[in-house]
Amino acid sequence: MPIIHPGLQLIPMSGAAPAWQGRIRQDDLQPICRSVRDRGGRLVALWGSDQRASGSGFTLHLLLLNEVGLICLHLPLSAEQPVYPDVSEIFPVAVRMQRATYDLLGIVHDGQDHRQWLRHAAWRSGSFPLRKDFDASQSRTDELDNYRFVQVAGHGVHEIAVGPVHAGIIEPGHFRFSVVGEKVLRLEERFGYAHKGIEKRFESMSLGQGAKLAGRVSGDSTVAYAWAYAMAAESIAGTTPPDRALWLRALFLERERIANHLGDLGFLGNDVAFSFGLTQFWILKEQVLRNNAALFGHRYLMDAIHPGGVSVDLAESGKQTLLEECAMLEREVHLLRSIYEEHASIQDRYMGTGYVAPKLAAQLGVCGLAGRASSQVWDARMQFACAPYDQLDVRIAVHRNGDVAARVIVRFDELFESLRLQRKIVSNLTHSDILTLPLEKLPGNGFGLGLVEGWRGEVMVAIHTDAQGRLMRVHPHDPSWQNWPVLEHAIMNNVVPDFPLINKSFNLSYSGHDL
Amino acid sequence: MYQIVKQIIKTGIKTEPAPQANEEMRIQPQVLQQEILDTFGHALNIRLVDAGSCNGCELEINAVNNAYYNLEGLGIKFVASPRHADMLMVTGPVSRHMEVALRRTFDAMPDPKLVVAIGDCAYDGGIFGESYATCGKVSNIIPVDVVVKGCPPTPVAIMQGILAAMSHAVKE
Repeated sequence: MPIIHPGLQLIPMSGAAPAWQGRIRQDDLQPICRSVRDRGGRLVALWGSDQRASGSGFTLHLLLLNEVGLICLHLPLSAEQPVYPDVSEIFPVAVRMQRATYDLLGIVHDGQDHRQWLRHAAWRSGSFPLRKDFDASQSRTDELDNYRFVQVAGHGVHEIAVGPVHAGIIEPGHFRFSVVGEKVLRLEERFGYAHKGIEKRFESMSLGQGAKLAGRVSGDSTVAYAWAYAMAAESIAGTTPPDRALWLRALFLERERIANHLGDLGFLGNDVAFSFGLTQFWILKEQVLRNNAALFGHRYLMDAIHPGGVSVDLAESGKQTLLEECAMLEREVHLLRSIYEEHASIQDRYMGTGYVAPKLAAQLGVCGLAGRASSQVWDARMQFACAPYDQLDVRIAVHRNGDVAARVIVRFDELFESLRLQRKIVSNLTHSDILTLPLEKLPGNGFGLGLVEGWRGEVMVAIHTDAQGRLMRVHPHDPSWQNWPVLEHAIMNNVVPDFPLINKSFNLSYSGHDL
Repeated sequence: MYQIVKQIIKTGIKTEPAPQANEEMRIQPQVLQQEILDTFGHALNIRLVDAGSCNGCELEINAVNNAYYNLEGLGIKFVASPRHADMLMVTGPVSRHMEVALRRTFDAMPDPKLVVAIGDCAYDGGIFGESYATCGKVSNIIPVDVVVKGCPPTPVAIMQGILAAMSHAVKE
């Protein structure tokens, strides 16, 4: 049992991730959260669902995590007054999730910050897209988005507004800097520009269509999302995919990590005017993508994973290609790493820039790659090693410096580790013709979770089915929810020109956050 | 420094021959004045707006600048301001929250201007469709000259789309 609390009954869930769930009462929410946090636990996700069709009201769902496993709490709320106790003082990362949950579903916390988050002006205030009786034709509004940014006053303070259209090939979002001279006093983020109604879209889809949509929540993490979605579906159905499918999923996930880390290391060179690094790393990334296309039919491995198994196989001849790729990348990245580390002008820009103290990272629940660069020793591939990671012994990469340099080092270390894993997967891959089990429909009134350590951090997908087994509610959760808030701290007291570098060292998703 | 120079020499030239323009990608002819087009020469500036994509298309748009495709070697580059741009490249279904920003970016560009919609979502809304949150395809919001389909389209397809928009503009 992951936690003991008077009156709390937790039921183990089936599936690859070690998880428990239980219904709680209003009064128990804060004490349970506090006790999980005090023992080093974190909040992974917070969302709500409309259960009025089944005769009850709304339900708030909280996913907590500690060293034992995942704990999903369900808090029933009345249909007339869906109010729940604020948990943002216990888990600061909950602030934006609580605000977004109000925007989409109209369930409200009793805390302080009630500004809108994902809603700008696409739908009226007081109308809630994720309610089952939401009428899209009546929801349009001409009201202007009038967001109240926190003002910084004082002699010489001025604001710089950046976005939503940024000066590069990146996603939309808004950054409001309050600066004195070049020094940043405060950054406030404003997101929601890429909100395209993904959660609502799931509700009109079959299980198979939903897998494709899950793979497009954040394109750079398509494998992680597709796997998390499949894991959630398989948890409801109580099935386990064939062995070879699980090994191939891990191969795809590591290849996604390799490709993204290579790309980021190039960008991180470019952002300190070291275009040699960009050119070199992007040559390597392109070679990985071309191998993906040649071996698996898609450069980013989209739609390679679906509930029940995988849709592409690795041919026997492909093994040699992957082993040669490993050898080539190990050789080249080793050389480039030594160039990065010995180049004084690079290290001068990296060291101490965008510092996130381990204590702050722990308070804010920073996860994934950025968390590991600030001493947060957490990697789902290690802690909750589901098959095949239980046979791979993932070596976690951590650093305690918490600056851009540390996030670069963690990327290098993880890159080498992923190459080691790729070798091991290729050599352990047992032969089998069965790549998938039939899984087209889910049981009724089910609830399942999937958690996958993507290259950026932990990607979670929760699926609720209705009485007929259709997708009643799907909630994808990106690690960017955890890590965007810490960027506001990381930039403080740095100069404005270092923002692109600091931002890139996190490289968070807008689409995965905005949904 | 020695290592860097050695690596550059060892890497050599990776750039592959540029693809031909793909005329089939053009959906809407646009009349542009020849004398202004002449000023494009073989140089074209592109402003990208992600109007709500999943970021998959951005991965491939970034890739067209890698050494293999070397778009900048053709005189085509991405710029930071719409005021400097000849071409607007748009990805994603247009989210309602980006509708105003997209229109303003388009309006901020000097005439004549070209618009290339990148990806299945920009083509017809893709998997996200039209909803309370999205306006669907890019041509619902601004006029589009060329569409490049794919999820995401490959770098070669993106280059073919850019070249199709340019070659047509030059012929006019």
